Amino acid sequence: MSGSVVLLCVLAIGIVAFLLGRLRANALAGPKLSNLHSRPVYYGGFVAIWATLPALLLLAFWSITAPSVIQSSVRGSFPAEVLAAPQAEQNLEFGMITSIARGMKLLSPADAETLAGDAATVRTLLSAKGVPLAGDPKPYMLPAADELNRLTDRSNWLMTGAAVLAALGGLVYALRAIQPKLRARNRVERVVLGALLGASSIAILTTIGIVASMLGEATHFFSMVPAHEFFFGTVWDPRFAAAGSGGSEGQFGLIPLLAGTLYIGFVAMLFAVPIGLFSAIYMAEYASPRVRAFAKPLLEILAGIPTIVYGFFALTTVGPFLRDISAQISGLVTGDYANFIQAQSVITAGFVMGIMLIPYVSSLSDDIITAVPRALRDGSLGLGATRSETVKRVILPAALPGIVGALLMTASRAVGETMIVVLAAGVAARMQLNPFEPMTTVTVKIVNQLTGDLEFTSPQTLVAFALGITLFALTLCLNIYALYIVRKYREQYE
Amino acid sequence: MNMLTETAVEKVLERKMTNSALKMSGTDVCVFYGEKQALHNVNLNIRENTVTALIGPSGCGKSTFLRTLNRMNDTIDSCRVTGKILLDTDDIYDPNIDVVELRARVGMVFQKPNPFPKSIYENIAYGPRIHGLARTRAEFDEIVESSLQRAGLWNEVKDRLQEPGTGLSGGQQQRLCIARAVAVSPEVILMDEPCSALDPIATAKVEELIHELRANFTIVIVTHSMQQAARVSQRTAMFHMGYLVEENDTDKMFTNPDDQRTQDYIMGRFG
Ligand SMILES: Nc1ncnc2c1ncn2[C@@H]1O[C@H](COP(=O)(O)OP(=O)(O)OP(=O)(O)O)[C@@H](O)[C@H]1O
Ligand SMILES: [Mg+2]
Repeated sequence: MSGSVVLLCVLAIGIVAFLLGRLRANALAGPKLSNLHSRPVYYGGFVAIWATLPALLLLAFWSITAPSVIQSSVRGSFPAEVLAAPQAEQNLEFGMITSIARGMKLLSPADAETLAGDAATVRTLLSAKGVPLAGDPKPYMLPAADELNRLTDRSNWLMTGAAVLAALGGLVYALRAIQPKLRARNRVERVVLGALLGASSIAILTTIGIVASMLGEATHFFSMVPAHEFFFGTVWDPRFAAAGSGGSEGQFGLIPLLAGTLYIGFVAMLFAVPIGLFSAIYMAEYASPRVRAFAKPLLEILAGIPTIVYGFFALTTVGPFLRDISAQISGLVTGDYANFIQAQSVITAGFVMGIMLIPYVSSLSDDIITAVPRALRDGSLGLGATRSETVKRVILPAALPGIVGALLMTASRAVGETMIVVLAAGVAARMQLNPFEPMTTVTVKIVNQLTGDLEFTSPQTLVAFALGITLFALTLCLNIYALYIVRKYREQYE
Repeated sequence: MNMLTETAVEKVLERKMTNSALKMSGTDVCVFYGEKQALHNVNLNIRENTVTALIGPSGCGKSTFLRTLNRMNDTIDSCRVTGKILLDTDDIYDPNIDVVELRARVGMVFQKPNPFPKSIYENIAYGPRIHGLARTRAEFDEIVESSLQRAGLWNEVKDRLQEPGTGLSGGQQQRLCIARAVAVSPEVILMDEPCSALDPIATAKVEELIHELRANFTIVIVTHSMQQAARVSQRTAMFHMGYLVEENDTDKMFTNPDDQRTQDYIMGRFG
């Protein structure tokens, strides 16, 4: 019986438990529902939780531990010469055994007969069933695979039995525990609280896990390349070594990438901030409710477009357009139709990324501007200020800290953006100031270093983690600072 | 203004009251919020250098009427006003009138103190700055000081003009708002329950201030407190369910009102 069937069984028992619990609570209540501490649904929930939760925990525990227990038992009975081989080789052997075991389940009894006699035909037989083997199996493997299958089957049956027993046991226990005085509501809510807590700690733990794993790989990198060469190096030239050759002659200077990141982000903000801010002011202060209801969602659709689509737009439309128009301009000025803007350039990437950021700037700022109390607007208008004077002199100054926070958050998005840059600014790591030339960013190089044949021991690959952790630290600082400012600004009105 | 003795104030007022010109007058004023009519054919005159109190139960349209007097209703999308309101001889709902200029002539103080999140100095200088009433720093200083003097706040804040206005106490904030309104030298000042957020002592100060401001300004005040209306106003208008029920001298209104509803309302409040 497979895991999912067991799961369904347990859930079915859970539903029955819910109904029984409710029924019993109703029966106990008699004519007056207020005899009960909680409403009958809570008793139902209480019984259902007892019926499912322990069984599910058991299932989870079992399916995590059983495979390794079985594996160690099977490997224990390996012949001595295999046991003497290095660990990696043993792993390969065991991998083959699991494949054989999987294939053997697909064979008809007649096939199995022939198999038992002749180990050499196993490979052809199994590949006919769609289970390819890496090499010819050794004779000892067949019985081992058989054993593996047997153990797995037994474990599955045991698990099913144990889970169903646990479910039924929980059900009976909880049913008997139901009394009018039982605080079922409080208990059910405690379980709900636990679930909520669990969900939020998963997010936090994952973050910690990600950071830890990145840190681990990054320290590995820094053991091969000195930190100052990474952080202060001005040349990025990792020289891809072929896998296994172990060459580490590359130069891993962060500065050109960081410069590209900040430059492109800066150009993007140059486009996004004024446009986003103006549109936020229009939406918050001038637009009639009708226009607002229509235009605001439209603007926010922009935020839902995948960034790769912006990348296409940059690659096929904006880049060529800028290149051609620059050729026209230089033609008019100098008579020589040479384009001074490359199709892939800082300005292309910055412009398109700016468009991507507009909805973030505008919707964040819009929220902040509308949060400025109406009393301040009225106060200013009541003194005879016009709307635009009110916006300029009262609303924007009042909202400024919040807007700065919003802009910092937007900036951290710009720093983390990848796809647009790959397509619009190119992959050349260069240090220069001309916005019409290509440059590249930290994110692009991370992708670069992690595509293709990987070997997680060479600095060429590991540098990606060092880059990643640098980027992470950068955006984290931006976000924390932004949150700090936004929070401080909120207190102003509370 | 503080320099004037009490009798001098009375004398000035006496003279102005006798030829008590009409400062503002509303004729057949109706106000709608969308489909709903909030005011029905209100005819009310506001006399110059007089404090006019608007009273009535909650939701009767006092604030609505007050806001029609400087067109603050324009800021509410669904609001529509019909009828005629004159300021001196200008129809303020004439399409040719400049709302900004109107609001400079008819200032407003709100129920909740709403100082801008700027320094005390900048709060006062705000109006003069946008209306170009002063050029040099000295001129601004002069306006700031005299406005704060008039609002009776100068002595309390003269050493902390650069501190934020939001850092003052509630009563001080409200007087700051009054000073801010006074700074643009309006002709009329509208006050919507200016003391409802204040304690009795701060209230007494604001009332005293209203009393003094009357020499230079025409004041319309909405209040829920009968005592306050009796203390500060010379004329009182009673609203009920969107209708103007009675308009009379305050003394007469509180001793011997013409209308039964006024009587009930006042008695209800007192007893
Ligand atoms: N912005 C608005 N939109 C729709 N209806 C409104 C609006 N403002 C006021 N009203 C309605 O107009 C009527 C009069 O309101 P108004 O605020 O003038 O009453 P009020 O006399 O000032 O009451 P209070 O003493 O409680 O301040 C009320 O019925 C109110 O519901
Ligand atoms: Mg009101």
